Amino acid sequence: MTRQDRKQLRAGLGFTSLWIFGLAAFTAYPVIASFYYSFCDYSILKSPVWCGLENYQQLIHDDLFWKSLWNTLFYAGLSVPLGTATALGLAMLLNQDVRGKSFYRLLFFMPSIVPVVASAMLWLWIFNGQYGLMNGFLNLFLERFGLHGPAWLADPAWSKPALIIMSLWGTGNAMVIYLAGLQNVPLELYEAAEIDGASAWQRFRHITVPVIAPVVVFNGIMALIGAMQLFAQAYIMSEGANGNGNASDGNPARSTLFYTIYLFSTAFQDLRMGYASAMAYILFVITAVLTWLATRLSRGQYEDAL
Amino acid sequence: MHVTYWEKWNGFEAQAMQAVIDQFNAAHPDIVVDYYATSVPDRKTIVATAGGDPPDIAGLHEQNVASFADAEALQPLDGFIRAAGMTTAQWLDRYDPIYAHICSHGGHVFAGISTPVIEALYWNKTLFRQAGLDPDRPPRTLAEFNDYAQRLTKHDPRTGRLTQVGFLPQDPGWWPWIFCDWFGGRLTAGHRITLATDPHNVAAFAWIQSFTRNYGLDNVKLFSSEFGPWASSAAPFFSGKIAMVFQGSFYDNYIRQYKPGLDYGVGPWPENVPGVTDFAMAEADVLCIPRGAKHAQAAWEFIKYVNSANLAAQTRQELGGAELLDFLQVKHSPLREWSPYFTNHNPHPHIAMVRRLAASPNAVCVPEIGIWQEYYRELISVFDRVRLLDATPTQALDYAQQRLDVSWARYRRSLERHGQWAALGETPPP
Repeated sequence: MTRQDRKQLRAGLGFTSLWIFGLAAFTAYPVIASFYYSFCDYSILKSPVWCGLENYQQLIHDDLFWKSLWNTLFYAGLSVPLGTATALGLAMLLNQDVRGKSFYRLLFFMPSIVPVVASAMLWLWIFNGQYGLMNGFLNLFLERFGLHGPAWLADPAWSKPALIIMSLWGTGNAMVIYLAGLQNVPLELYEAAEIDGASAWQRFRHITVPVIAPVVVFNGIMALIGAMQLFAQAYIMSEGANGNGNASDGNPARSTLFYTIYLFSTAFQDLRMGYASAMAYILFVITAVLTWLATRLSRGQYEDAL
Repeated sequence: MHVTYWEKWNGFEAQAMQAVIDQFNAAHPDIVVDYYATSVPDRKTIVATAGGDPPDIAGLHEQNVASFADAEALQPLDGFIRAAGMTTAQWLDRYDPIYAHICSHGGHVFAGISTPVIEALYWNKTLFRQAGLDPDRPPRTLAEFNDYAQRLTKHDPRTGRLTQVGFLPQDPGWWPWIFCDWFGGRLTAGHRITLATDPHNVAAFAWIQSFTRNYGLDNVKLFSSEFGPWASSAAPFFSGKIAMVFQGSFYDNYIRQYKPGLDYGVGPWPENVPGVTDFAMAEADVLCIPRGAKHAQAAWEFIKYVNSANLAAQTRQELGGAELLDFLQVKHSPLREWSPYFTNHNPHPHIAMVRRLAASPNAVCVPEIGIWQEYYRELISVFDRVRLLDATPTQALDYAQQRLDVSWARYRRSLERHGQWAALGETPPP
């Protein structure tokens, strides 16, 4: 290493030292510490006591762990593909050369910058069984058959679908990324395909999809990670619609008890930090495996398409 | 010396506490209590205590006392009480018995009361009149209550949908466990969980389920979806959709705000177990000193002040401590003895009934158990499953009991591991 290299290294480290310190103190240390705590009986106020694999063994036999995992996978399994389809569909529409397209782009992006709490409060009213907009529209059709829209958030059968529908509200970010991806598709490919007589569907299937596939994979993985960590909306809406004080138990009847809500109540209500740390690590492993699977499968898909 | 005080209140309740703080600060020139309105102060207190920088005074809920004390997050007040020249028994004897119970855990005093609450029966007199019932005579027994509930229930003759009900257990649904106590059941016996093994608890949840069975599940779901938030003019009791509710003594403040002019009455829970009259449920916001508080002595001085009163007060200006706070918050005092002014000029419209129920030997409160948060969540789940006809009371209670037995065994093991034999009421093994 020359003198100049050493000087540059010192300067580089100097400029990044704050970030390195922040990463070490506020990310790396908690991550490592929580891994250790996952093998401890630890209530935050008392010294952690090593208990080996006890937390992990208890998790396997904990019904609520499985229930919360199922609720989360159900939500992720439906909200991610639906969100992807909606965002991609909107991006394709907004990619058309129509008058006022900037306005429409802004309009569809705006919901994604509304704070979570504000949008959750809004959707609480939309899903109100009696006065809500959702049932207001649904009942126009259902009442012809003597039926009525569901109670949504107050009904265990409909609370998760309600949250999935609500998740489509925030597809603006993904939509903007798709839009950027679509604008990078070379126009000459479409022109060549059109000359060869390809239909609109064939152009989408064989040109658009392969070219924007990396964008779809990126958005899909980000959406999956976000869905696995669903917390704020479910926490607010479960409490808002069913009002059980400070219980945060995924009401009604634990139908919206998502993984992170169970983790949160275990950590901050029951003060079982060791158990909650074990849950966090299991979620990390599950998310990592799902991400790896998504990457593997999608790689095969778009290589085939190309 | 500045004493840090974290409390959950904003609005008029905070203003009332600030008035007491001002009075205290004026009387104690060497201490300045600084009030900080803090959301979820319980959770933040735990984190701050773990970090070694807690507030000097934490405004908690009564259900926090046992679990926080077991977690060694709170300082016992016993030493301060003795230094003030009283025994803990003498100190506690100044309160109505149920509030004395709330302040202590495992034989030690851990809290003082900031705001007491008593849950009672509230009924809409206008709806009683419309149903041909005497508006000044609330139901006195469970049989009468059920009969009134039926007579106060109305359906739309065209669609069969509910338009008004006498009572629905899920409004407000915050205290499902209280129905067990009301039916004579017990949630714990010593260090055992008795949720499913006590037949009275099963009877209580069967009663809860009977409302859904009688009205029809879809009908109840549809009807209850019309309810607005409890603190709004669209709340079912305010909008005349429900004729009878069990609510806390703070409810009068909300009635005044959201439904001024509502003609309503307040009374004891109807007699359910023969001989158990004036049944009621007590709650309280409490003041505690977290472990590691930097100004514990000064914090104690403030807690002592808020838990005392000028019992000779003849004028509004002479009110002090608990009575000043409760007067301004339109609530009752948790102390047995009240000053003449507080007694005769209390602004709470049903103060006599509230005082009677708070002093009742049949008033009950949250069980003193370290796993109450888990217990409560299981009860909420049982309550939901039962009222939504997802399970029979026995099935739902058996499932919850099974989970709670595991939780209690785990909790006990944890206390043993940390050598907290006193919290278990046991001596360490040799």
